[in-house]
Parts: sequence; C-alpha cells; structure tokens
Amino acid sequence: MSDMTLAWRHYRLERRMFWRNPTAAFFSFVLPLIFLVLFGAISDDDQLRIIVPGIAGLSVMATTFNALAMQMTFLRDAGVLKRMHGTPLPGRSYLAGVLGSAATNALVQIAIVVLASRFAFGLGWPENWLTLVIFTLLGVSCFAAIGVAFSYVIPNFEAAPAYTNIIFLPVIFISGVFYDVEKVPTFLHDIANALPLVHVINGLQAALVTGKPLHDLLSDLAVLLLWAALGAVAAVRGFRWDARGS
Amino acid sequence: MPSGAPAILVRDLRKRYGDHEAVRGLDFEVATGEIFGLLGPNGAGKTTTVEILEGYRVRDGGEVTVLGMDPGDRPRDLRERVGIVLQSCGMYRHVKVHEAVAYWAALYPGARDVDEVIEIVGLGEKRDALARTLSGGQARRLDLALALVGDPELIFLDEPTTGFDPAARRAAWATIRRLKELGKTVLLTTHYLDEAQALCDRVAIVKDGRIVVEGPPSTLGTAASRCQVAWTDADGIRQTREVEDPTPLLNELTTAALAGNEPLRDLTVTRPSLEDVYLELTEDVDAAPSEPAA
Ligand SMILES: Nc1ncnc2c1ncn2[C@@H]1O[C@H](COP(=O)(O)OP(=O)(O)OP(=O)(O)O)[C@@H](O)[C@H]1O
Ligand SMILES: [Mg+2]
Repeated sequence: MSDMTLAWRHYRLERRMFWRNPTAAFFSFVLPLIFLVLFGAISDDDQLRIIVPGIAGLSVMATTFNALAMQMTFLRDAGVLKRMHGTPLPGRSYLAGVLGSAATNALVQIAIVVLASRFAFGLGWPENWLTLVIFTLLGVSCFAAIGVAFSYVIPNFEAAPAYTNIIFLPVIFISGVFYDVEKVPTFLHDIANALPLVHVINGLQAALVTGKPLHDLLSDLAVLLLWAALGAVAAVRGFRWDARGS
Repeated sequence: MPSGAPAILVRDLRKRYGDHEAVRGLDFEVATGEIFGLLGPNGAGKTTTVEILEGYRVRDGGEVTVLGMDPGDRPRDLRERVGIVLQSCGMYRHVKVHEAVAYWAALYPGARDVDEVIEIVGLGEKRDALARTLSGGQARRLDLALALVGDPELIFLDEPTTGFDPAARRAAWATIRRLKELGKTVLLTTHYLDEAQALCDRVAIVKDGRIVVEGPPSTLGTAASRCQVAWTDADGIRQTREVEDPTPLLNELTTAALAGNEPLRDLTVTRPSLEDVYLELTEDVDAAPSEPAA
C-alpha cells in the first residue's frame, strides 16, 4: 500500500479510537463552549469581538499542541510507539494520521465557536470563510507538528501536564486570547510575535470579525508557515520510541 | 540442519549502557529454517541482543546481518519480512482485537488471513473485545498474532509465552513448530527450559553479555556433566553415584544382583537436564572469572 493509503488507514484507526472514549471526546469539545459562556456572561460586544477569535485560537492550540504532546508521551511510555516502530508502517504515514486526527478535532472546535458566536452571541457569520479555512489549517498544522516535536522533550508521562502547561498558559496569556494584544507590554509583545498563536488569532480575527483581507495578513502567514515547517522537520527527525537513548 | 545463507549472523557484538557493558562480544549464527534459543539469567543481555537485531537499538561494535541486511539501517524491506514479539510493549487501549490484527495485516505485502491468525493464537472468542479488557495472557496472544499476521520469514520472540496458561503454552509451541515446518526462522528467548528443549534446534546460554555454551539442547547435557545412577541396595539404603559413563557401573550392579539373586530395586539412570546444565553454568561463582566456553 502507498504511504498515503497507510496514512489514511491510520487516520481512520485514530478516529475510531477517539470516539471509543466518549467522555474524553465530549469534554474536549465542551471546553471552548465553557470559555465562551463564561466570557459571554461578563463581556460586552466589543470585548466579544476580541475574545471569540482568541478562544478559537486557544481551542486550536489545545486540541493540537496540548493533546499531541500528551498523547505522544503517553504512547511512548506505554510502549505503543515501540511496537509501531517495528512494523513496516512509515513514520511519515503514522505522523500524518496522528496529525490529521488532531486537526479534525480542531476543526470541530472551530465549527462550535463559529456556531456559538452566531447563534448564542449574535455576532453574525464569519466575514471571510477563505481566511478562516486557511488560518485554521495553518494553525492546526503548526501546533500539531510542534506538539509532536515537543513530546520528544518531555521525559515521561507524569511530567507531561507540567511541561505542556508551562508553554500553553504563558503563551495564551501573552498572545491576547482574553484581551487586546496591543495592551501587552512591548517585550512580551515581541516574544508573542515570534510565536505562532498571535498570528493564528490575528488571522481568525480577520476571518471572524474584521474581514481584513488576506493580503494584509501576509506576515502572519509567513510566521505560521515557518513554524509549521520547523515543527514538521523536528517531529519527523526527532522521533524516538523510548524515553532513554537506544 | 537447513542450509543456505544464515538468516542471522552476529560477530563480536557489543553494546554498553553508560558504563555498564550489557553485551560483550557475542558470536552466533542462525540458519534459515532453524529455531534458535537464547537462554540466560535476568540481565544477561538477551533482549539487548534481540533488539539490536530488530533495529531498535544501536550497537557499539561488531557486525550484524539479518536476512542479508544491516538492521541498523532499518530498511523497510527488512521490516516487511520480520515479525516481532517484544518482551514488553503496549497496545492502543481502545482498539478491538480483530481491528488490530486487520490493521497490522494491511501493513505487510503478503499478509495471512486475519481470522485464521486470530484462531491460531486462540483469541477467537475475544475478537470483538477491546485490547484494554484482555487478560495478561490474552494480551500476549495478541502480541503473537500481530507478529505472525504479516507472514514473516523471520520471527523474533522475546519471552513469547510469559503469562500463558499451560494449554496456551502448548498451543503456542505447536504454532511455533508449524512456523518451522513452513520454513520460517525463529529466534526465541525464554526462561522456560522445557520450552527451549521442546522447540529449539540449538540454544545459546548467555551470561553477563557472553555466550557460555551453545549447541542442540539434547547434547548440552552430555557435554557438560556426568550422569547419575541411583538404586536401592539389599539393605534398603538408597545409593547414588555420579559417573561419566554409566556402563561399567551398571554392569557391576546387574552382575551382582543376578549373582546374589537379589532384585535391583528402583534403578534410575538420569542425564542432567537442560535445567541442570543451565543452573550449573549460570551459577554465580565469585571465584576466578571463567573463560567463555563458546
Ligand atoms: N535502555 C537501557 N539503559 C540502561 N541499561 C539498560 C537498558 N536496557 C537494558 N539495560 C541493562 O542491560 C543489561 C541487559 O539487559 P537485557 O534487557 O538485555 O537483559 P535480558 O537478558 O533480556 O534479561 P531478562 O531475562 O530479565 O529479560 C541489564 O543489566 C539492564 O539493566
Ligand atoms: Mg529480556
């Protein structure tokens, strides 16, 4: 079978296993809704225009970066990666299946955010669907690849939540998920600008709220493409089936 | 013994972890169609050796050829022709038995029939069970199924029957013998000496990363030590003697018994079992470090 077919088969296996754990699936999809409800209750419309794209960006990061960093560390500690490594399945196909599955979850979350902001908050439909699709896909690829690569740094599964949160929480804080990013002090702003989340949120904000055209978002696209490429190389090259050296 | 290029060739294999030398110059060959056993105490270096041959671990020295290829390069062609039961590894928790076997089957060019393999390892009744609900021995059977479904030429089995009940062990032995009949090569490690005796054409006993003795299991006993003759004498006292060759002693005993018209009671002549040889050779003698006898 071709590498593509094997990737597709692996994707289907991942999806099937994901739905076999329905409570985990349910809570991962409820997370952005909880955020939306909480912030919807305390925010006016102007604030919502900032917070909705922020929460969409946060959801993309949580379902890809966080989920994959945890999942890959778990599979490595449990010896599942070791088992897969002994089969003819190419690493590329395996990773493509895994990334595709995480991407699917992120797409579902974006859909939830779009529907909720239309029907629960009366914000209207997205201004620009094409921008929405492009930034969602790019954000997903970027964070999924970085999440897999980051799992190679995590020493064991017990340490995984701490390792993921030490990245996730500061990043969502400095990237303007919950407030206008312009209000952040300059040096934090500079750090945030070097990282992908701000650019995902910029794109999503253009798509969902402002309708800013794609050609004004080129620098955001460039940063995300760079991160996605770096992440993909690190995810493929750095692969290890065990925590210790072999 | 089957001929042709060896399926596995190991020359002066070395591997260290930090400052611990786990494998210290192993040499052995496994012929195509042969069942070869690696025996030895915990920590002897069996898994390390097998995992180097499987392409998991990087060797520090020596030469290794598996089906004519260097497993260190991890060629896909090699992975398609090899089946692996690891000493320990995990499984996706939310996959059903038949899904797992079918998924694995699709990874190999000439896979076997999925349901047939599930039956062979005795998981027929569990084909719709989730992997996480399998008992220890059942999970081990799934490991075996996944190693066999690709119809590999060479199968690595690192303690494959650990956790099997006696019936399942016999069934696994039958399966492994069947692999041999089909011309497959098997490299097996085990702590069950009856298993080695029942299955292996040749075994090597490894200790501290070196082979201490190698040969067909049946000849290891004769090579290594004496046999024991025991009987109950005319006064009802149990007598035992250890001799290189029991013939003269037996002659003497039977002659005496016939002459005295006394029955020779409870006569036994026992060759040391593989287990006796194993225990003798792997015994921890802190005295002078013995030279490797291989
Ligand atoms: N990844 C590793 N890092 C450091 N030391 C290791 C590693 N793997 C194995 N060792 C050490 O190497 C030695 C040989 O281990 P190995 O697993 O090969 O033994 P074994 O013969 O398979 O034993 P067992 O019968 O218990 O399975 C042991 O002392 C073990 O502690
Ligand atoms: Mg072992």
